[in-house]
Amino acid sequence: MSTPDVQLTSLYQQLILDHYKKPRNRGKLEDGTVEVHMRNPACGDEIRLQLKVEDDTIRELRFLGDGCSISQASVSMMTSILKDRSLDDAISVARRFTGMMHGDAEAAKDRTLKDLRALQGVSKFPIRVKCALLGFDALQEAIRQSRPVGHEEEEESP
Amino acid sequence: MSGLDTASTSTVPPVPSLDVEALRRDFPILSQTVNGHPLAYLDNAATSQKPQVVIDAILGYYQEYNANVHRGLHELSRRATDAYEEARGTVADWIGAPSPRELIFTKGTTEAVNLVASSWGDANLKAGDEILLSELEHHSNLVPWQLLSERTGATIRYLLLDDDGRLILDDLPAILSSGRVRIGAIAHVSNALGTINPVAEIARQLHQAGALFFVDGAQGAAHHPVDVSDLGADFYAFSGHKMCGPTGIGALWARRDILEEMPPYQGGGEMIDLVGKEGSTWAQLPHKFEAGTPNIAGAIGFAAAVRYLDAVGPESILRHEQALVRHALAELGQSPGVRLFGPSDARGRAGVVSFRMDSAHPHDISTILDREGIAIRAGHHCAQLVMQRYEVGATARASFYLYNTVEEVDRLVRGLDTVRSIFGGA
Repeated sequence: MSTPDVQLTSLYQQLILDHYKKPRNRGKLEDGTVEVHMRNPACGDEIRLQLKVEDDTIRELRFLGDGCSISQASVSMMTSILKDRSLDDAISVARRFTGMMHGDAEAAKDRTLKDLRALQGVSKFPIRVKCALLGFDALQEAIRQSRPVGHEEEEESP
Repeated sequence: MSGLDTASTSTVPPVPSLDVEALRRDFPILSQTVNGHPLAYLDNAATSQKPQVVIDAILGYYQEYNANVHRGLHELSRRATDAYEEARGTVADWIGAPSPRELIFTKGTTEAVNLVASSWGDANLKAGDEILLSELEHHSNLVPWQLLSERTGATIRYLLLDDDGRLILDDLPAILSSGRVRIGAIAHVSNALGTINPVAEIARQLHQAGALFFVDGAQGAAHHPVDVSDLGADFYAFSGHKMCGPTGIGALWARRDILEEMPPYQGGGEMIDLVGKEGSTWAQLPHKFEAGTPNIAGAIGFAAAVRYLDAVGPESILRHEQALVRHALAELGQSPGVRLFGPSDARGRAGVVSFRMDSAHPHDISTILDREGIAIRAGHHCAQLVMQRYEVGATARASFYLYNTVEEVDRLVRGLDTVRSIFGGA
């Protein structure tokens, strides 16, 4: 039996496999206010994210998806910390997480990212970073669609 | 069809087996380690590695006789033109083309499909006409025809796949009975499943129905001895980089009478005869379809690859690949939780094995194997219709070539143990 090397064990932490096998908030909302379907055309991973947004706050969220452990665990972790958070909070989580994926060590220490911090090892696998960001791409698009027209978040380059 | 591993081999001379260890030394890239392990390159359906003779041919052109072709009257231009046109002859011979004038150099198979869909398609198709494609096509043999369909109003009909990864040929007579199919475009070999399609039979039925036949040979000519006349093809397209040549060069072969009738694809230098203010006349074949300075180094490298493969022996290469596929199918078939795609009989497939595991996604399989130096492809393989047919988003795909070994296949199979040790499963 082959044993995985250190980089693999840091990539595939138990918490990630747990979210992959038992995704949180998987399903559909009957009363969602926005739905975004995001695909990674290069590899076929896809995520359908639904939010119920009231008063600039995410009251409820669900996702359906198909793809690798990283993309599906990432979106599961993301949904598990965003309930009852403001849209601004959610944007800030997305930015912290994106920073961590691009090697920002400070972002990786941010405890508010909770389970998402387990994905830190993905930053060592540049090809897989886009997998981890797919759910956040869907989130940012859903937030953009939830904002009234004219409310544009300033773009922050990674 | 020639090249198939049939049971009735008693009357033909035996096909020599390959000295794989010696062949591997021809490919400098194969001697490296990746992530601390010897590289096992099993992604040949994406692109193949290049032997030193191909690298040297490209280098030699740039170092010794780089010049534009068909233009200059000086010595280097003459040498470059000779080499470029000699390359055309070599590549044409590889597929048994009756004349090198019927062989057009393109960027690759994709450009060849676009050339035919635009030039032949726009001139010949109209609303009500039909184009026959199949579910196993690569996107490059789907999208250009879909664009043609949008431009002309011609409709597309599809041959479907059965559970074993083979085209359901029984449906073909009913499709052709419409009398509206003007052209069929079908892959010689499926890049996602490895299926070798019965192109000669498809050609026979298409011709009987008065339709032309375009064969996407991207995975065919590289892995399979090809004679376009035997196949009954009217068009055959293939790529250099899938068969030990460089990227950015491929070829379209078509029957001369068809090419003569087709309007130019792109305008520019090289493809003209006389240019006037009111219009221009076109150069003779094949130059009519080669606007602009061609990929001279690419063509020279492509021809070097063809000479190399010809010396190794295309029959032997196919036998070797099928032996590896047979071994892989047997081993992976016993690997717990593995689902195989494509023909169950190795005789009907080229060196491609697509699979999934019940516990891990293909991307995760690929990442884990990569840590062990094993390069495979994971994804939809630009064949989303195949993925939809089998209701999966992606597969893992190992694809073999002349330099791969049984030991590399065994490493792939053992690597799946590592996958299971992380993701669980039996």
